Amino acid sequence: METFELELDHGLRSFRLALALELGSETVALVGPSGAGKSSVLRAVAGLLRPERGLVRLGQERWLDTSRGIDLPPERRRVGLVFQEYALFPHLSVRANVEFGGRSRAAELLDRFRIGHLAGARPGAISGGERQRVALARALARDPAVLLLDEPLSALDAYTRAHVRTELRELLQELLLPTLIVTHDFDDAAALADRVGVLVDGSLLQLAGPSELVAAPADSFVAGFTGANVLRGIASAGPDGLTAVALDAGFTAYTADAGEGGVTLAVYPWEVSVAREAPDDSAINHVRAPIASLVPLGNRARVRIGPLTAEITARSADRLGLREGDVVVASFKATGARLLQL
Amino acid sequence: MKLTPFGAFLSGAAALALAFLLIPIVAIFAELTFGEFVDGVTSDVALDALRVTAETNLISMALIVLFGTPTAYLLATRRFRGRALLITLVEIPLVLPPAVAGIGLLAAFGRLGLLGGTFEAAGIEIAFTKVAVVLAVTYVASPFYVRTAIAAFEAVDPDLVAASRTLGAGPGRTFARVALPLAGGGLGAGLALAFARGLGEFGATIMFAGSFQGITQTLSLAVYQAFDVDFDLALAIGALLVLVSAFVLFLAKLIPAWRRSSSSSITAFAPSGSH
Repeated sequence: METFELELDHGLRSFRLALALELGSETVALVGPSGAGKSSVLRAVAGLLRPERGLVRLGQERWLDTSRGIDLPPERRRVGLVFQEYALFPHLSVRANVEFGGRSRAAELLDRFRIGHLAGARPGAISGGERQRVALARALARDPAVLLLDEPLSALDAYTRAHVRTELRELLQELLLPTLIVTHDFDDAAALADRVGVLVDGSLLQLAGPSELVAAPADSFVAGFTGANVLRGIASAGPDGLTAVALDAGFTAYTADAGEGGVTLAVYPWEVSVAREAPDDSAINHVRAPIASLVPLGNRARVRIGPLTAEITARSADRLGLREGDVVVASFKATGARLLQL
Repeated sequence: MKLTPFGAFLSGAAALALAFLLIPIVAIFAELTFGEFVDGVTSDVALDALRVTAETNLISMALIVLFGTPTAYLLATRRFRGRALLITLVEIPLVLPPAVAGIGLLAAFGRLGLLGGTFEAAGIEIAFTKVAVVLAVTYVASPFYVRTAIAAFEAVDPDLVAASRTLGAGPGRTFARVALPLAGGGLGAGLALAFARGLGEFGATIMFAGSFQGITQTLSLAVYQAFDVDFDLALAIGALLVLVSAFVLFLAKLIPAWRRSSSSSITAFAPSGSH
């Protein structure tokens, strides 16, 4: 299988986009806040943006190599690009949209994406989920060697999104194409990709498997992005070999990690437990505060207590009879607080 | 609803303005019996003028579409130094008095003009021929098409053009299959405007092509010529021009409205993205 290589160095409005990636037959997601340069990466790969310096290579096939003056136009790069808002041709039927990419596989793709019954419809007359399937079918009709998805789920409502995410994941596992996804949503990235790269201001902060990003975030941004509570403070040596962190939030927390000076603590919501009174257990960090918000999420609930967000089961929330405004104690263990040096 | 003094002022001013626009048109038809109209438009002068107008305008519109469309696409889709200047250049005939355009064309293509010698050597005479009418009409009418076409091409979502390219279509195929159909309504409206302007062309034509019945005398020139001799004939040809112009104006309004309504479902169902 051919590897797909990508190196870019390009000045954007307020920062430089500089990154290098190598993909096998896998899905890599680039996540980051909007304006981090994610879409520019896809445009550079597709040939819609010419970077100041760069290399885009599929096996021995060079699509872009600024050092050799190679820059193939988009139509000569074997990419399937699915645009954020899908960019379906409004004047063409669903069938004609798919056939635009290539006629030979159009019928098969219409079937496969369950859009055969919409073949005669215009894109304006079908739902968001259907439009996304048309866009995927159209991109695949070209028989691409590399698949590029720009925010594939962001144009969908929450309900459709969950379905499409599962479908898309199955599709990507089946296709076995080097696939590059950009998204601002870590959950989407973690669900769809084998590896996730966190892109901020044009640079990759960390590239790793989704669970590794959660377990060992490289810095506080990555931690916050993966959903952790990020608490700032000043670290100093504490009792029993622990590190004491005097948090800006007004209390002192202990962590098993070593560190000194300005630091951040990352605490995942599922490592925070909630009780009416401070429990006498292995957790040594306790925050007593009123519940600022209580949001049910299916069988779980997210509880905001002071500077912390805890994720507990809906059942526990019921058992404790938690209500917004109740004063409760949120606890987490010293081993559940990761120290990240600023 | 109670009419405020300001509201009354607005309504009064608007009523006067619109009545002023309508009165000459009403007058043309009021001063003309149906018999006079039929006699007038079936006269040799009118029929010759109609033929000359149709022939020259058809060729002019073909030239405008043929050269104006690529020009507009270039100016709409490429960003380069001097682009704003070129767009201004396209609009020159709009601000140039037609008589000046006529004398300019004469100075360029007349027998003694800048390029006249070259054409004469090749045995081609331009001034005071049908070719001159075509050139005059093309010159004054082209900005109406090109300006509208630039706007129409600019309104095509660049993502659609990009999508076409990533799907394997080169720039030419992308133009033909994506940009052209999507800008089609705007192009049609622009052409209708250019045609309306071409029909009314007078100043540049009379300077550069003269007014010879059956050769260079268009309907507008025929109105002017007849008015000295036969006022009813002038009115009848005028009425014919009003009808044709009204029809063209109607088309120009109709095409974009029709395009909008046929594509409105797209905006209505556009993904909101924020849920």
